Amino acid sequence: MSKVLILAEHNGSTINQSTAKVLTAAKQLNADNIDVLVFGNDSGLATQVAVLNGVNQVHYVQCDDNHDQLAASIAPTIADMAKNYSHIFGPSTTFGKDVMPRVAALLEVNQLSDVMEIIDANTFKRPIYAGNAIITVKTDTTQIVATIRTASFPADKSSDGQASVAESSLSTAATHTKFVTLASGNSDRPDLQTASKVISGGRGVGSKENFEIVYNLADKMGAATGASRAAVDAGYVPNDMQVGQTGKIIAPDLYMCFGISGAIQHLTGIKDAGTIVAINKDGDAPIFEVADVGLVGDLFKIIPEMMEKL
Amino acid sequence: MKILVAIKRVVDYNVRVQVKPDGSGVATDGVKMSINPFDEIAIEEALRIKEQGKADEVIVVTIGSNDSQQQLRTAMAMGADRAILVETTAAVQPLHAAQVLLKVIEHEQPGLVITGKQAIDDDNNQTPQMLATLWNRPQATFASKVEFVEDNKINVTREVDAGLETIQVELPAVVSTDLRLNEPRFVKLPDIMKAKRKPLDVQSIDELVPAPKGTAIEVLKHESPQPRQKGVMVETVDELIEILKDKGLAS
Repeated sequence: MSKVLILAEHNGSTINQSTAKVLTAAKQLNADNIDVLVFGNDSGLATQVAVLNGVNQVHYVQCDDNHDQLAASIAPTIADMAKNYSHIFGPSTTFGKDVMPRVAALLEVNQLSDVMEIIDANTFKRPIYAGNAIITVKTDTTQIVATIRTASFPADKSSDGQASVAESSLSTAATHTKFVTLASGNSDRPDLQTASKVISGGRGVGSKENFEIVYNLADKMGAATGASRAAVDAGYVPNDMQVGQTGKIIAPDLYMCFGISGAIQHLTGIKDAGTIVAINKDGDAPIFEVADVGLVGDLFKIIPEMMEKL
Repeated sequence: MKILVAIKRVVDYNVRVQVKPDGSGVATDGVKMSINPFDEIAIEEALRIKEQGKADEVIVVTIGSNDSQQQLRTAMAMGADRAILVETTAAVQPLHAAQVLLKVIEHEQPGLVITGKQAIDDDNNQTPQMLATLWNRPQATFASKVEFVEDNKINVTREVDAGLETIQVELPAVVSTDLRLNEPRFVKLPDIMKAKRKPLDVQSIDELVPAPKGTAIEVLKHESPQPRQKGVMVETVDELIEILKDKGLAS
């Protein structure tokens, strides 16, 4: 008899798609009840969640001074509420990864990180060693705390749900932690984590200026842009574009990469992409081992040609 | 102020691990072992804070087998002042690790604990958060910049999905490191010799935490990930575009 509590993620005004992906995972448990917990200071967020089909109740907890984003502030409230649930799920995003282990520690359980497959209410699959091995894990604690790998579950697209909303206010705000500022990448392009097409560049792109041609092709194809760690470290692009074990794990329909050799850590981030297309000067680059379509050549010739022919 | 750095001995990040044919685990015999890369960054950050005069001592701690002494020595060769090995032959899960580290904290009373954001073997990303919780102190995870604003407050810039978030936490606190926090220094030969004479205290995990709370998650099976189907190589952009159009990925 599973009762699931989902921690919703948002950016202050819009519910993040990761929430709908966690909902898909929760539904696979054949749960008796799925409730969603939203921390924020805009009750419209609760309304956005309430229309998702399959959600019974939305617990909306009003927070001031950005405490909704602070793990130390919200974890005690989640843990307190979690006592009525068998499964407490959060997204395996930086937000979920920050908060959920705190909840697990308060409930005295180990957390299941990055769940990629649900076998039954107690058995799950998750990747280890940068995705080079998959383990099947079992836990039968009264509360199971997990983060859900968003690349492994499609987003629930329903909008005919009629969940009730219960409002309260945060009583566990931490005094030792304070939000200062958020500097976001401010991209007009599709969100990297949810885009159906992603075009990435690596060290082979050569400079920040050269990345313009990668952006141009992405815009032409309606794709989000990503990058390898080498491109981020070289300062070509901001770090929130990084794809890989230490960056974002994505699963677009099309992943096209230019000038990326394909280190293990990068491949971890793209393994579940529908079609991987690799363009690289070096025909021996490891990226070609995983690519569905490979083209050996100079990206500075190939991208302009693609621009022209698409 | 003391800084405590928690590190882990893991399979070197360049090694491509293989799942054992019987599914009982991954083959680690004879494989190169190293300090978890995020933990190296944690050591480096602690040393830099000490070099700025904000800390007097850097203590490095690990939980693991006797072989982990090698990684502790490397950390001391980088510049850590002393080391603690909490010895165990069993795999320790995050909640248990956090309880052990809490005992070390209670004894050492550090002003700051720095650790990697995740170990590259189990990819859990839990221990620092759990430690901060059990300690009842703030956490600043995925740090890419740590700045002292007052004697007992730090501003930490965190790498989050939306960009860079800065939070302010009061010390003592737990900071977990992201890759871009710093570039760890290389170890010099004379320092390796010096590190051999630095103190390394070995403790038994069962004496430190005789009755750990919580149940371990049981691992039933290891398997290799599904291999992708073999791809095709094309010669021209036209062929590439044709394939994309066929799959409905371009128009």
